[in-house]
Amino acid sequence: MRRLTARPERLAWLVVSALASVVFAVGCGGGDDDNGGEALSQIGEGEGELNLIAWAGYVEDGSTDPKVDWVSDFEKETGCKVNVKVGNTSDEMVQLMRTGQYDGVSASGDATLRLIEGGDVDPVNTDLVPNYEDVFDGLKEQPYNSVDGQMYGIPHGRGANLLMWNTDEVQPDPDSWSVVFDPQESSKYAGHVTAYDNPIYIADAGLYLMKHNPDLGITNPYELDEGQLDAAVDLLKDQNANIGEYWADYTKEISAFANGDTLVGTTWPYQYLTLQADGEPVGQTIPEEGSTGWSDTWMISSEAEHPNCMYLWFNHILEPQVQADVAEWFGEAPANSVACEPKYLKNGPFPDVNHCEKYDAAGEEYLDDLFYWTTPVSDCGDDRGDVCTTYDDWVQAWTEVKG
Amino acid sequence: MGRRLAGLFHGRPGLQVGGLLAGPVGWLVVGYLGSLAILLLTSFWTLGELSGEIEKTYNPANFSLDNFKQIAEEPVYRSIAGRTILIAALVTVTDAILAFPIAFYMAKVASPRTRSVLVVSVLLPLWSGYLVKVYTWRTIMSGGGVLSWAGVGAPTDDMVRVWLVMTYLWLPYMIIPIYAGLERISDSLLSASEDLGGHPRTTFRRVIVPLVFPAVVAGSIFTFSLTLGDFITPLLVSKTQFIGNVVYSNFSNDLPLAAAFSTVPVVVMVVYLLVARRLGAFEHL
Amino acid sequence: MRMSTRTTYLLRAGVALTLAFIYIPLIVIGIYAFSSATTLKWPPPGFTLEWFGKAFDNPGARDAFLTSIKVGLIATLLALVLGTLASLAVARHRFFGRETISFLVILPIALPGIVTGIALNSTFSQVLGIDLSLFTVVVAHATFCIVVVYNNAVARLRRTSASFEEASADLGADPWQTFRRVTVPTMRTALVAGALLAFALSFDEIIVTTFTIAAGDQTLPIWFFTNFARPANLPIVNVVALVVILVSMIPVYLAHRLTRDEGAVVGRAPVAEATAAP
Repeated sequence: MRRLTARPERLAWLVVSALASVVFAVGCGGGDDDNGGEALSQIGEGEGELNLIAWAGYVEDGSTDPKVDWVSDFEKETGCKVNVKVGNTSDEMVQLMRTGQYDGVSASGDATLRLIEGGDVDPVNTDLVPNYEDVFDGLKEQPYNSVDGQMYGIPHGRGANLLMWNTDEVQPDPDSWSVVFDPQESSKYAGHVTAYDNPIYIADAGLYLMKHNPDLGITNPYELDEGQLDAAVDLLKDQNANIGEYWADYTKEISAFANGDTLVGTTWPYQYLTLQADGEPVGQTIPEEGSTGWSDTWMISSEAEHPNCMYLWFNHILEPQVQADVAEWFGEAPANSVACEPKYLKNGPFPDVNHCEKYDAAGEEYLDDLFYWTTPVSDCGDDRGDVCTTYDDWVQAWTEVKG
Repeated sequence: MGRRLAGLFHGRPGLQVGGLLAGPVGWLVVGYLGSLAILLLTSFWTLGELSGEIEKTYNPANFSLDNFKQIAEEPVYRSIAGRTILIAALVTVTDAILAFPIAFYMAKVASPRTRSVLVVSVLLPLWSGYLVKVYTWRTIMSGGGVLSWAGVGAPTDDMVRVWLVMTYLWLPYMIIPIYAGLERISDSLLSASEDLGGHPRTTFRRVIVPLVFPAVVAGSIFTFSLTLGDFITPLLVSKTQFIGNVVYSNFSNDLPLAAAFSTVPVVVMVVYLLVARRLGAFEHL
Repeated sequence: MRMSTRTTYLLRAGVALTLAFIYIPLIVIGIYAFSSATTLKWPPPGFTLEWFGKAFDNPGARDAFLTSIKVGLIATLLALVLGTLASLAVARHRFFGRETISFLVILPIALPGIVTGIALNSTFSQVLGIDLSLFTVVVAHATFCIVVVYNNAVARLRRTSASFEEASADLGADPWQTFRRVTVPTMRTALVAGALLAFALSFDEIIVTTFTIAAGDQTLPIWFFTNFARPANLPIVNVVALVVILVSMIPVYLAHRLTRDEGAVVGRAPVAEATAAP
């Protein structure tokens, strides 16, 4: 074989130019997303498509259950074909919105401010949404969905995180979160307890401490200073010993309860209703300490490619019958007061003319006392000043909790 | 046209090599190494407080070491890294031990036909559904699954579960290099050892093991590397966090932190690869 | 080597146990795919083929399957081209940095997938500002598939003398003709084997894919990851699992047949020659 010795400079030159192009790409690459920043002034023609990010059960088109469908008639009326991506956590939803590839999202209170702050969503012109006027006052212009009186979204509904248990194995019926937080009580179910796999769950620990350890001085589970956060983390670390599996994906929680791998823990009403409909032995309650909850808002992306379809969706999702269907299907309180009329509730997937009382839709009994998911920030909002822990601290802490 | 190009390349071996390598090297250096460089760059970035958006900066003066400080100072990251490395080592050792009998049989004892069948049997599951296999173990170990039906009961300790599943997953990656390494040991060496009065156990200890060791190291590159980065197995069969899980769960919220933490497995693997190369493992890959 | 009968029997037992260990879980999932129950109850109460039909009808699974095939084919093609080029350079020439090339090529597969995934993701979304898509997935897959093609090609090239190519040149063929009519036929089965393995690797991959795929797309492993816990889908998931196992075995088996004597699955001995002194 001929000896072909290449000149060393050739390869070196290749490598250098390759690295140079990397530096070039790095230096010139990646522009920031531009900010629309303004609300629509009028709705034009539907663009034919709509890409949504939603919580499970919020955008049903008959594929989960043929009788549960509030998308098909929207598509027929407006010509906007709906593509939905289910998000499992607020963090996921924020990240998906940041890609700019979606038109809208059903954001909970712990995502909304992050999206507004990051310029990922535009303000909403509620005059263009006729059904908006029927929304409960308690949902309008809240700190989590508006800035200086300007709405940044359309309320979808609100509800509580529940305590769910396997009625065959867990006796007596628990009425307090101590069954998952108190080391003695929850050790009875060691290896079969579950919790929501997200830093926001720290607020649930905070709520428990608020009621059981008053000398910690917690007044709001989202406003925890360092000492209070440490206490919450310790509580959660103790809980970790009894946890069998955390759930971030609601389907995993459903299958864990159905398998008998999980016996007790926090859940959304949706999982409870699904398990119950399948004949599984489950019970649920809002324990005596109260609970955390969520109030969800439909928001429009600042990079929405189909803004008209999004506004048409805003109005559609607020239609009384749609609101009644959603509320019954997911197990939450609707945002539109008109949805509580019996004629709409009778037609839902789980017909119940008392649905609105049960779920306290007007927010008089317990909804207003729920601690809705919100992003923890350093400003405590009281005379402690700026010493509260931020969501970043919570994310850190959550890694520590899981160990 | 071809001849004119040929004329251009003729006698210019450098150009020939350059032409051949431009594509692959360009891709790997710019695309892959460049990406690793960017990952490192990302680890020096921070997040805006309320928005949580990444604040990018290309000016080294503005680089922040916060992420590295965080993973160095917070004990949980150290324990997670330690746990991952420990399991990686355990899995490697277990797989080496499990792989040996079958590799030896295949290389030295089996008839050619049997050997061929065995090789195929070990090869087939190699890339057949990694995620599927983890899921299968998850079902086997669930309440009501095979293990509890068989009366054995699934292991409950998280570390044991992860160790067991990973041992299973990476076993073929260890069998093949060891088999290849054993095959290369000439039979005459083994007979010579016998002739010199060596008991089979001595032959094993003093002839076979040293000669096959580089092959074992080669196989261990995979078992170690695959364990170091895996997040799916810990996620599906346990509730513990490994390095991969921390990177995975932080990657959407806090990419800079995830990037910083992922330098740990890179450093470990680069060191491991350099040591392995020195031990001659690369000849057995 | 002489061994006592006892040792031989022990060895045989070891082999049997190891094979059982490897295959029993796969058989279990195969049985679940035919189980008539919609839960993971064991043993299965009965057997049925209906889930196969349902899995085929499931649009999500079907689309994911096709996406996986698409991505696999394109990534394999890219890896084939790049791997062959690199192998020709390394096996037929000597140059400064040859040893580094072998190290470089193996890096994408030696470094943990999560690092590759997150690195590529950072590059695409933070620095280059391009959206994740099937294109980004293909790029990622091709990167770690190069080594598979490379190893097979180099192993083959080392076994065949370069004198055929020299003779061809002496007889007046230009490099392209030599390549087409001498080099390629020699390498053909090794390249096919490399391509088959690259495809299998790409089809099976999930970790790097998770970080480089768009939210709306799914390869089959991704579909599996998001759906395996859905109670309604459980039987379909088991069917898909079985299909994945069987489908992935085919390319690996074929590749083995093609390169039986070289044992070049993960690759054999290419780096040795590269590190030998020139």
